[in-house]
Amino acid sequence: MELDSLYQEVILDHYKHPLHKGLSVEKTVQVHHVNPSCGDEITLNLLLEDDVVKDVTWDGVGCSISQASSSIMSDLVHGKSMDHALTILESFSELMSSKGSITGDEEILEDGVALAGVSKFPARVKCALLGWMAFKDAALQGRNEEKK
Amino acid sequence: MTLLDVATIKADFPIFEKRMRNDARLVYLDSGATSQKPRQVMAAEQYFYTHQNAAVHRGSHLLAEEASAAYEGARETVAAFLGAKSDEIIFTKSATESLNLLAYSFSNTATGRFALGVGDEILLSEMEHHANLIPWQQLAKRTGATLKWFDVTPDGRLDLSQIDQLLSARTKIVALTHQSNVLGTINPITEIAKKAKECGALFVLDACQSVPHFATDVSKLGVDFVTFSGHKMLGPTGIGVLWGRSELLAEMQPFLFGGSMIETVTMESATWAPAPRKFEAGVPNMAQAVGLAAAINYLEAIGMDKVHEHEVALTQYALEGLQTIKGLTIIGPTNMDSRGGVLSFALDGIHPHDGGQVLDQYGIAVRTGHHCAWPLMRKYGVSGTTRASFYIYNDLADIDALVTGIEATKKYFKVS
Repeated sequence: MELDSLYQEVILDHYKHPLHKGLSVEKTVQVHHVNPSCGDEITLNLLLEDDVVKDVTWDGVGCSISQASSSIMSDLVHGKSMDHALTILESFSELMSSKGSITGDEEILEDGVALAGVSKFPARVKCALLGWMAFKDAALQGRNEEKK
Repeated sequence: MTLLDVATIKADFPIFEKRMRNDARLVYLDSGATSQKPRQVMAAEQYFYTHQNAAVHRGSHLLAEEASAAYEGARETVAAFLGAKSDEIIFTKSATESLNLLAYSFSNTATGRFALGVGDEILLSEMEHHANLIPWQQLAKRTGATLKWFDVTPDGRLDLSQIDQLLSARTKIVALTHQSNVLGTINPITEIAKKAKECGALFVLDACQSVPHFATDVSKLGVDFVTFSGHKMLGPTGIGVLWGRSELLAEMQPFLFGGSMIETVTMESATWAPAPRKFEAGVPNMAQAVGLAAAINYLEAIGMDKVHEHEVALTQYALEGLQTIKGLTIIGPTNMDSRGGVLSFALDGIHPHDGGQVLDQYGIAVRTGHHCAWPLMRKYGVSGTTRASFYIYNDLADIDALVTGIEATKKYFKVS
């Protein structure tokens, strides 16, 4: 079934057992993002130290795609330098806008390549990007905070 | 239970010939968002463009004459359908525009019944569609008026227990939905309108989910304005209606300015044509108005009472079927008392968007999300619901398909 390319086992695993879910006390910045077309929401805490993602935690409500994607994202960027984290983000964004034409680099995206199938369902790309866009926003704000 | 002859009706709707994903037939349960269109409506639009197309109310040629006659004929059809007078029917591009037109007319009028300011109140409900909420929020912000609202009860009804506190001499506008686009609840409009009138408030009825589904006689409802859109009632997109009482339309200031809506114009000023022209600036959506008239003719040939009976029978059957599913909760009334063919539900452990995706694999089109009623979602503590909404081309097999589809969805996501 076409659907299996969307809902891979690894996605459903992340959905049921999300990583880094639950907001940390310590943070550099907090952002809140919504998907206005479906009402899904995410709050994300980012802790930066010397331009390194020391911690990223999140909470929110959403479909399996948005929850699994946020879980995968938070695990991928955890402990990475900001530049590295932003490269991963770029790679994921490229995958999501590929309309199924690429499979994603497993070296960079790890579990994230399981979301490749999402790019074939235009209505779901926003779900997959919700957590990532929240991270991007937090990253930019966090860098500004650090410079102060 | 009286059902319509759906096979015959379906034959008029070419979209049902389309094969969906996995070669499934189309089970269209999203008429609350927009309805499908019969050949007769498409043919009416095509006939207009093929034989009558010209800008209405201007030009001295035959086509201008015929186009104007077709457009004004559409207005008469809408008026007769609603029990209204022709010059009380204003064509807009959508129900959303109709509601904004009203809200801006209040802003643009400094005196009389339309003047609004600090201390005045606008009364809504928690079950309003964003289109009947945000224009009033903005009007309140512009004028300093206060927004008030009826709560919704846990079983999806308007909570009228505080009506005497909420509705008072301070209330200038009451804006309510006739039937909730999420819950399916049909509100007791006549009763509330009577009280509104006693308080001197103007009553605006959002009839997007009612006019397409049951007989609505504006002369008997006791309201002052009614808004709805054509595309939810078999008609084209791009055409909406605003009905208002003649004396109020005469007093109201226009909202869009330009050609067609004037009486005289100088370099310094202008005066307005009488309603409805005053509110129809620019070349209107003519073919769409003609298409809407064709849709009304189609519905009237069936009979609005029969349309309603059909939907009641379907909804009753769906309520029974859905409630056999473990982990499914109906959001809205679970009985047919004052209830129409819109059914929202939540499934334990399955987000609406995920559920809708699986149903789509079986050709089942439902709406998922907040249904442009975000405050109502918050009230029920959900981020969204799955909504099935019915119309004349749905039958019991469609509901069986929905129930089977939900069971398959649960199996897919391993939810027991």
